[in-house]
Amino acid sequence: MSRPVQARRLEGVDKNIWVEFVKLAATYSTVNLGQGFPDFPPPEFLKEAFSRAVSGEKHMLHQYTRAFGHPPLVKILAQLFGKLLGRDLDPMTNVMVTVGAYQALFCCFQAFIDEGDEVIIIEPFFDCYEPMVKMAGGTPVYVPLRPKAPKEGKLMSSADWQLDPAELASKFSEQTKAIVLNSPNNPLGKVFSRGELELIADLCVKHDALCISDEVYEWLVYDGKEHIRIASLPGMWDRTVIIGSAGKTFNVTGWKVGWTVGPNRLLQHLRTMHQNSVYHCATAAQDAVAQGFQREFEHYGKPDSYFVQLPRELQQKRDQLVQSLVAVGMKPIIPEGTYFLVADISEFKSEVPDVPNSDEPYDSRFAKWMVKNKGLAAIPLSAFYCGAHKNNYNSFIRFCFAKDATLKAADDILQKWKLEKAAP
Amino acid sequence: MCLHEITTVSQSHCFKVETLNVMATQVFGPSQSVVAGVWFLNPSRINNTKQVEFTKVAADPSIVNLGQGLPDICPPSYVKEELAKAAAVDRLNQYTRGFGHPSLVKALSQVYERVCGRKIDPLTDILVTVGGYGSLFSTIQALIEEGDEQLLHSNNACFVFIYFSKKNGGNPASSADWVLDPAELASKFNSKTKAIILNTPHNPIGKVFTREELQVIADLCIKHDTLCISDEVYEWLVYKGNKHIKIATLPGMWERTITIGSAGKTYSVTGWKLGWSIGPQNLIKHLQVVHQNTLYTCPTPLQEALAQALWVDYKRMDDPDCYFYSLPRELESKRDRMAQLLQEVGLRPVVPEGGYFMIVDVSTLNVDLSDVDENQPYDYKFVRWMISSKKLSAIPLSAFCGPETKRQFEKYIRFCFIKGLETRNMDDIANNWVVR
Repeated sequence: MSRPVQARRLEGVDKNIWVEFVKLAATYSTVNLGQGFPDFPPPEFLKEAFSRAVSGEKHMLHQYTRAFGHPPLVKILAQLFGKLLGRDLDPMTNVMVTVGAYQALFCCFQAFIDEGDEVIIIEPFFDCYEPMVKMAGGTPVYVPLRPKAPKEGKLMSSADWQLDPAELASKFSEQTKAIVLNSPNNPLGKVFSRGELELIADLCVKHDALCISDEVYEWLVYDGKEHIRIASLPGMWDRTVIIGSAGKTFNVTGWKVGWTVGPNRLLQHLRTMHQNSVYHCATAAQDAVAQGFQREFEHYGKPDSYFVQLPRELQQKRDQLVQSLVAVGMKPIIPEGTYFLVADISEFKSEVPDVPNSDEPYDSRFAKWMVKNKGLAAIPLSAFYCGAHKNNYNSFIRFCFAKDATLKAADDILQKWKLEKAAP
Repeated sequence: MCLHEITTVSQSHCFKVETLNVMATQVFGPSQSVVAGVWFLNPSRINNTKQVEFTKVAADPSIVNLGQGLPDICPPSYVKEELAKAAAVDRLNQYTRGFGHPSLVKALSQVYERVCGRKIDPLTDILVTVGGYGSLFSTIQALIEEGDEQLLHSNNACFVFIYFSKKNGGNPASSADWVLDPAELASKFNSKTKAIILNTPHNPIGKVFTREELQVIADLCIKHDTLCISDEVYEWLVYKGNKHIKIATLPGMWERTITIGSAGKTYSVTGWKLGWSIGPQNLIKHLQVVHQNTLYTCPTPLQEALAQALWVDYKRMDDPDCYFYSLPRELESKRDRMAQLLQEVGLRPVVPEGGYFMIVDVSTLNVDLSDVDENQPYDYKFVRWMISSKKLSAIPLSAFCGPETKRQFEKYIRFCFIKGLETRNMDDIANNWVVR
């Protein structure tokens, strides 16, 4: 073909950090704390639910279900989120199931963003927001979280990374269609406070902007922190789409079951997009997730609730990893939520020197060096910044600590590394 | 703005095609306050309110539902077992490779190498998608440029409907009576034609395109440097006397064809929503880019289970017990029983050469529905009447048609025959028709 065969909407969205780093980790046999998925099993009650769905009497669970969400699943989601938001939700119009939160995000951008629309993205951000906005014809507008120095002698917390209110306000314009909020935040682990959410909400209301609220890590908050849903703030329900994920809620990232919750006036457009892209989501996993949620709804707030046990377990792993990283000379930023942790590696410039005027950000080179030389995989923080800002915060790497055996193996590597550094 | 045209080979592919209109439309153009882009279609059509309506009515257990296009027969037991096995492996409940689970793309490459007689690279020539539907979406998004609203409303449309001519004077008895008109097809191609969408075996007519017909299409594709998007989800469901031919195997076609397949249709597991696109690397790589920006990966345990099921059947592709051959045998007898029954009650079925749908001419019964709502096409009124008086449900064919062709097809309704259809049910149906 003489003209390009591909559509123009693919311009600038072909690169993907995961494709590159997943390949790299697979090439070298590494202890992989890079990609965000657990290495331990999902809860038994969920595995049993899936087994029942697949092998049980109801063989129609192998056939199409309702396109916008399997009825038992949308019903329990409406019940649970209705309770959490303090409002009556209609499972048919206020909830839509998607192929993972990823597809929910895609539907949102395609449904709401036109050419010329601006979308505010808070940096560092989960990398897919940028190409998705671009594919929809929109213009991403970035605003950074800026680190404040921690108190003397203390490690930095994700809470120390904050928006500058004046700077955020300056990013809103006539063209602002939406802001993407991700709380708890991947990669930093920041859990936005009520004050911070109010700041964002006020601007949304003032500029009549939508809020795409990616809350996939909603249950993973530590140290007694509270995950606050921006949709519950005044003026926000009507302009917010909440995105959730069974993968992150129940540790089944491979099931790819996600959802959107919001007002019908917004969800109707997501339904249009959904039925023109995938139409139906796989049935059996939806059925199992519905049963999982039913169980959690009944155990809500009780000590044996998975939503109570999982963050407790992960908090311990977080603390364990923090210790090991400190011992080797990295400076971890304690995350308030998610199962990610970002560590400052600027101390390692002696071991892995910087190359001035290099196209590749320092942290990316460091991460590759660490894969090849230490057999440990992590993701460079610069991957979570737009092209122009990749060198602003380029001495950090992100670890995933939702790991069992892998975390122990990583600890061994870090201990060994620490000894090597100490050796004369 | 560069306008690409797409030609679709089937007016009864209308519904899907209009959906594809939307798929190809980048959200450019005037926006309303919330919704971006221009959805060119009547929202109630997209929302399928009519189908939802019929589905509700047909949820009544006293009604035999032959409308809905999904199997109510069981998938083969080894398929279900493989899924149970896969879900028991911890690692298989987490993310897998974005473009397709390694064991699945390997299995697909083996099966299709055998079918196509050429080497297929599992990593570069295959993309696993959320159903055949997801493959269509990824393909259109990857390769088709957006159209202009104005142009779509005029005859310079991105999507053009091709009319089949009917042999035998217009009373088709078989899907083979619907033939491609080569001259008309040729007239639709021009320098802007980016792609043609082919669906064989065809939903809903059930036509299996002949080698000659595929050659006509191939010649035009090569002449005009056009892509071919070949939706072959029913590839195994062909009945005696027919052979499914892959247009990608015709000379000059591999490099310009994306072939779409479906686990749902292959293994009677529509609820697994797994499909695949197979083609040359230089085309598939663009589908992969769309995929990584839309849903990234497909579910892992389903892919693993599908891989294992494909190995079972790959090993017996020389054996008549292979599910790829045993399912169509089972369906052929259901097809024949249904066709006979419908003839007995005075309707005129168009016996399909492939697929699991049958369209039926209901005008032969001359049911007078003129007192019912004027604005509705005849087939909608007929189906409603049939549901309430005959306890049998089907889908009106005009639901699949665009405005230009609705009136042409309003004497047809669509039945699905991948159904249990116990003898008892069949007798009930017959009795309901006899007792007026």
